[in-house]
Amino acid sequence: MEEMNFLILGVGGQGTILAGDVLSEAGMIAGYDVKKSDILGLAIRSGSVTSFVRWGKRVFSPVASKNSIDYLLAFEPLESLRMLEFLKPSATVILNEYKIPPVTVSTGQMKYPSQEEILHYLEQNSSRIIRTNATLKSQELGSVKVLNIYMVGILASLLPLDSTVWTHAIQKFAPPKFLELNLKAFEKGYQEAKTRHASV
Amino acid sequence: MKEILSGNEAIARGAYEAGIQIALGYPGTPSSEIIENIVRRYGNAIYAEWSVNEKVAMDAAAGAAYSGKRALVTTKQVGMNVLSDSLLYSVYTGAEAGLVVVTADDPGLFSSQNEQDNRWYSRLAKIPTLEPADSQEAKDFIVLGIKLSEQFDIPVLVRTVMRVSHSKSIVTLGERQESGKNTVPFPRKPEKYNCTASHARHMHVKLEEKLKTIQAFADTLPINRIEWGNRDLGIITSGVVYNYAKEVFPQASFLKLGMSFPLPTQKILEFSQGVKQLLVIEELDPVLEEQIRAMGIAVRGKDVFPPYFELLPDDIEKYCQQAGIPAQRKSTTRGTVKPESLPTRSPVFCPGCPHRSTFYLLAKMKLPVAGDIGCYNLGTLPPFRAQHTMGSMGASIGVLHGMALADIPEDRVCTIGDSTFFHAGIPPLINMVHTKTRGTVILMDNSVTAMTGHQDHPGVDWSVVPDRKAKAVDMEGLVKAIGVDFVRTVNAFDIKEVEQGLKECLAYKDGPSVLITKGPCIFVNRTVKPPYRVDQDICIACGTCFKVGCPGNVLSEIKHPKTGKFKAAIDPTLCNGCGVCAQVCPVKAIKPTESSQSLTTQI
Repeated sequence: MEEMNFLILGVGGQGTILAGDVLSEAGMIAGYDVKKSDILGLAIRSGSVTSFVRWGKRVFSPVASKNSIDYLLAFEPLESLRMLEFLKPSATVILNEYKIPPVTVSTGQMKYPSQEEILHYLEQNSSRIIRTNATLKSQELGSVKVLNIYMVGILASLLPLDSTVWTHAIQKFAPPKFLELNLKAFEKGYQEAKTRHASV
Repeated sequence: MKEILSGNEAIARGAYEAGIQIALGYPGTPSSEIIENIVRRYGNAIYAEWSVNEKVAMDAAAGAAYSGKRALVTTKQVGMNVLSDSLLYSVYTGAEAGLVVVTADDPGLFSSQNEQDNRWYSRLAKIPTLEPADSQEAKDFIVLGIKLSEQFDIPVLVRTVMRVSHSKSIVTLGERQESGKNTVPFPRKPEKYNCTASHARHMHVKLEEKLKTIQAFADTLPINRIEWGNRDLGIITSGVVYNYAKEVFPQASFLKLGMSFPLPTQKILEFSQGVKQLLVIEELDPVLEEQIRAMGIAVRGKDVFPPYFELLPDDIEKYCQQAGIPAQRKSTTRGTVKPESLPTRSPVFCPGCPHRSTFYLLAKMKLPVAGDIGCYNLGTLPPFRAQHTMGSMGASIGVLHGMALADIPEDRVCTIGDSTFFHAGIPPLINMVHTKTRGTVILMDNSVTAMTGHQDHPGVDWSVVPDRKAKAVDMEGLVKAIGVDFVRTVNAFDIKEVEQGLKECLAYKDGPSVLITKGPCIFVNRTVKPPYRVDQDICIACGTCFKVGCPGNVLSEIKHPKTGKFKAAIDPTLCNGCGVCAQVCPVKAIKPTESSQSLTTQI
């Protein structure tokens, strides 16, 4: 791989920042130059959150350009549609289908897009969509908090990095108390995605 | 050793490696993580504190540096306005040890009330200025800043921006370089440290001489770097913009300025003579461009780029294209099929926030409200729209004073948080007391500096260092001591109590009144109460609960049989059990539950 650009979109409180940290660390361990940029909205909780992670021989800008993202990790369906112009037509989207309606929707001022619309726009702007309910899957594992690492697990199954790289990266960022659970979530995401590639 | 660090983490590391002994600041996005990381990672080597405001931090850092300790001040861009009075004298005096000020600017206004370009302060205060482009430079420039500060006996400004402070990149770590100085008695050198006019006139002359020396030195500094490429286009830039421009013009020649004041004039001259077309790319104001023009050099700059917002690679490409300067990379635009509009996810008060009840009332009572800086400014947004001014820290009370002087026909109030009150709210309140102007100050005491990430302030008994206890300043006592005769303290979560207190305050005619609404931020008081629920048999789908603007209040899928409107529900995964929405429900349909319900009810 010469260069790889990732975009992570989600809602404050979902652990997207840490997912990006793990992804950055893995890139560095694998020998890439790495840059990452986080945008947090004004809200401490419940706002839109955006992270770019870039791997390359030498990365200049921490912010990726339009038409350059190889992988979109979308932690929330509505959020997945916010930056479509950044995706390469060959991009892969990993979509957590668990919805978090914003206040504008829950109070009836605006309408949350339908599942068909969401998938339509994602299909128009990428070449592969991996759908999952990472929120529920991680809840089944023991905590909704590990949904970020479950998502990273799915992504890892698509990238040619040694699995020890990922383990090291997760070890660096997961709180010791939850390391076990995070590694389990990673493994679960990784295995499920692998099984799915095999069955396609 | 290599590590991935954010710009702010790298600045904290730089403080460690530079041998800094005292680090002071006031929280402000995007600068707050510097002090926090200094405490977390290097707390054994560096004393750190959240000072009451930026000016106090600056004065204290100057005092520490006069006393021979290496010192650091951190601020966001607008905090520079607060500390500038002290910055200007410290440049005249210099110090016995290194003194570095970090300003974190916010091009793009991600979390600020303006987009000011603090590189103007470099020229105004005549302070040498370094501009890091990434985390490695963020760390290195703190170390270099201390070195220059001690070499030339002058404070140094390090200017970062949000994209440096909040981006991460790989940093090679170094060792700590201790100052090597022992604690000594305070130097009695009034001619150096007392800026009385007769001293200061000599200090000024000396400062101008110093700047000439530093300017010559800047030409020798490797951080002011020429990268010869194709000579058709030469780009002069500084900070993170260098990294953006390199993406768009990989073949061009570059002059990257690590020090943006004073400018290395010889290098600029050499570079300008070596290229056909010269382009200055800088975010915000034409600070470099005007100085280069003043040297008699023809450049393009703000005729190509706007003086507002960020200049990310895609922006640079677009503006250059429009100005007839073709990008040297494959175009990144492509046809995109996009939804026309998407529901916004605007910021809201957190579930369980103590400010909610007050803004519900202010919206209901339709009072004119002078606002201030903090989470409570979210009261400006729907559904409240109940904060009508906001400009700078502590401004609310002064604006309220002005509303009173203008003798507006309505009762008038202002809102100000506890941390903001300590920061800049006390002098304007004293002013109202002294002049006996009538108006109600709502002091929203949530026991924390919330919006910037929950830092301590003088009203609490804890500090940024977990095991360092602090003395809490009694806010009610303080307000009374400065002469406010009418003070009411109420429970912020009890709407009736807040309403009663507010009405009493509004009725007071003989000078200012103060209503203290007390209730901890949910990030301070983490005891989780069971969520509330809506009894669907009782709910009449009137929508009143949505007026408290809580993300926990959602529409249910059940329609009211008569009106056809959807009834209300509560998302148990979001509700923190504060009960404010239950207090406004006209039919008492919102009730507490015993324990949290399953997450799956939401899908």
